[in-house]
Amino acid sequence: MIHYARIISCYTADTSGVCSALYELGGMVVVHDASGCNSTYATHDEPRWYTMDSMIYISGLTEIDAVMGNDEKFISDVCESAQRLKPKFIAICGSPMPAMTGTDFDALALIIQQRCGIRTFAMHTNGMKSYLVGASQAFEMLAQNFCGKTGRSGKRPIVNIIGATPLDLSRQEIIDSIRSWLEENGFESGCCMAMGSSLEDYAGAGDAQCDLVVSSSGLEAARVLDKRFGIPFVTGLPFGKEYSRVLAEDIRRAVQGRENVLSCVERETDKFDIAVVGESIYAGSVARAVSLQTGRAVRVIHTLDTDDCVVAQNDKKLADEDKLEAEFANYGVIIADPLFKPIVAEQTKFVGIAHEAFSGRCFRKTIPDLVNNKIDLEI
Amino acid sequence: MLKKAGGEISAPKGVKIAHAEFPRPFESGLEYSPPARGDWNIVHMGLLIPKSHQIYFCAQGCLRGVVQTTAEMDAMDRLSWAYLCDEDYADASMEYNIIDSVCEVIKRMKDRPPCILVFLSCMHLFAGVDFDMIIDELESRFGGIDFVKCYMTPTMRFSGLAPVPTMYKQMFVPLRNVPKDSKSVNIIGYNWAFEQSCELVKMIKDAGFTLRELANCKDYESYLDMAKSRLNIVVIPEALAAAQELEQRIGQKQLYLPVSYDFGKIRDNYRKLCDELGIDLPDLSQKENEAASALAKAAELVGSMPVAVDFMATHKPLELCRLLLENGFNVRRVFIDVINAEDGEAFEYIKHNHPDIELYPTVNSSMRFFASLEQTNDEYLAIGQKAAYFCCTDHFVDMVGAKGLYGFDGIIRLAAQIEDAFENKKDRKVVIQHKGMGCQSCL
Repeated sequence: MIHYARIISCYTADTSGVCSALYELGGMVVVHDASGCNSTYATHDEPRWYTMDSMIYISGLTEIDAVMGNDEKFISDVCESAQRLKPKFIAICGSPMPAMTGTDFDALALIIQQRCGIRTFAMHTNGMKSYLVGASQAFEMLAQNFCGKTGRSGKRPIVNIIGATPLDLSRQEIIDSIRSWLEENGFESGCCMAMGSSLEDYAGAGDAQCDLVVSSSGLEAARVLDKRFGIPFVTGLPFGKEYSRVLAEDIRRAVQGRENVLSCVERETDKFDIAVVGESIYAGSVARAVSLQTGRAVRVIHTLDTDDCVVAQNDKKLADEDKLEAEFANYGVIIADPLFKPIVAEQTKFVGIAHEAFSGRCFRKTIPDLVNNKIDLEI
Repeated sequence: MLKKAGGEISAPKGVKIAHAEFPRPFESGLEYSPPARGDWNIVHMGLLIPKSHQIYFCAQGCLRGVVQTTAEMDAMDRLSWAYLCDEDYADASMEYNIIDSVCEVIKRMKDRPPCILVFLSCMHLFAGVDFDMIIDELESRFGGIDFVKCYMTPTMRFSGLAPVPTMYKQMFVPLRNVPKDSKSVNIIGYNWAFEQSCELVKMIKDAGFTLRELANCKDYESYLDMAKSRLNIVVIPEALAAAQELEQRIGQKQLYLPVSYDFGKIRDNYRKLCDELGIDLPDLSQKENEAASALAKAAELVGSMPVAVDFMATHKPLELCRLLLENGFNVRRVFIDVINAEDGEAFEYIKHNHPDIELYPTVNSSMRFFASLEQTNDEYLAIGQKAAYFCCTDHFVDMVGAKGLYGFDGIIRLAAQIEDAFENKKDRKVVIQHKGMGCQSCL
């Protein structure tokens, strides 16, 4: 099966997803890789790299160590750095070469944990899946191992934000806007997994009455929190004035009925003139916001592997450039990352909303904060 | 300021050069990537071939860096890709998947490029992919396109020829064996065009020779014309393999005139050049005196301000340090992971004459916190982006790969840049995060 592109970009990979999800928590993340993963992640996928310290490293794998199965070098290097830097936990990730040699990361994690006494987790990445897969694993691990319940109950329902990384939401101000919007709507914002909250904040994540899942990478963690603490979740981002109101209602519905609400998929399912392209929950929320604001039907084209629960009826799942180009020709307006523009026909109106997981830092400065704001796009 | 680290972190300590081992002063271990991005990678290098197109075959994670490099250069029309999935590397279809993907990409092009650089990854080499068969098949299907085997294989970086020399070597594979013009020479393996004021350029041109440089080639034909030159001048060790290959394959003689900060070695370079070209060595004393005066003037201005140098600034950071030390600069820190063999003499000199100078690694895991824990701002004058980052100084010479700094002319220019760095601050965070110094950037 070949997946190729003549001119468009590609999404960042699972290893970057893990790093991005765990960046702020005081843990050490080690990608077992030769050299490229760390500089690619640090340069293109991580806006916090220059201003916020973290412990994201690569192992510097060599051919001879890969061929000879010299796992001891990896283990001892991780332990040496961990004992010096004292991280709160360790996460180890695979890349393509360890995938080819069949490295047993579960075993390595166990040995490292036993040797240095720091909780160590294996992330089953291989550099061949999208960032959502890696971030999802990391969030699930956090939900399983670091989230707890203190018994605290607030006057207002507590809502956690789950699945936040700069790869989808770019910068902390957007998370701060979501928190403000929650407060304005009578909720107390709880912990944010994983932008702007510390690992200690997760100890009270189980006290929440609802989880707002803001990226499909947060779905598995939300399911874990549902199972462990009975917290229902709502999928969506509060974009646009109208959809923000609807989403707040959906959260109230989830809190009162203790039911999950897949808010971002509750859209029209035919007579589409506009398509939004990208990650399912972000694109679904833009679609609902545009639809509610303009009255026009908007379809989502999911370009990443996604959970079916955030795919609306008659949405499309497409990843390959030639198929996307053919599909884009069916719409009057395409809303997508600017690096999709070369495959949009001239007669189709193109509206760019940059997505960091696709275009990296190229258009970072232009990424809008759509939270509780009128969608000001030339559609 | 240190944020969100797991525990108490103490500032990493340097190694006094008196106690440092050559060529690896530091133990290997987990690696960090400091945010200084001015170095060139294989994308930047490949794009020097006019009108060429690059196609990468690798896992999504590896693809990301090269695609984003290209996107930032606003050159996505010159790069295509296909990624490997879990199921791809275990079957026997890798060669035909690559061939089919190249065919599909070419089908989607409006105009066929004259040259396609096909990049395979560690996974392909590990799986024993037959690269020759792929290139032969593609050439049989697409006459008129030069297909070039290229490699993005960091796992094999210590197995045989390293990635950068390999890339330089492959970049000249399309040059054919044509009749040579005795009055023309190339400079190969240097990413930027030489300054016209450089004495090397002047000597060549004043003697009536045509000088060809890849960075000055405007079209594919002028790139191919580099095969007409009878001599390849090489100024960095990474390009020696390319020169050797060209000598063997198309009979171009090679002449190694390495970048140097030693006046004697610079004179030797020019003597060798003149011998090779059959011309008289011009009187360089005026230029040499100018260089000495420029250094003295800069040293007087900078005074006792501590100076830091990094390995990314130039191929011979220690030779540069020696020049600075001998001219009165207060060099205190050198950021370097591995010492180049050609820097061995300077290493020994500094070790014996300035034993307290500190060497620091750049990729060691503790270096993540070096800049955060640095107690001062703008105390140092840095030469190089990494030195500027680690020393937290906006007083820095933005220098990568000795760009534009060759010979006595280069030393005069460097002295002027040091003066400028002393007197004027740069926006460090913005400047050092641009990839590929001198390349177009959308940032």
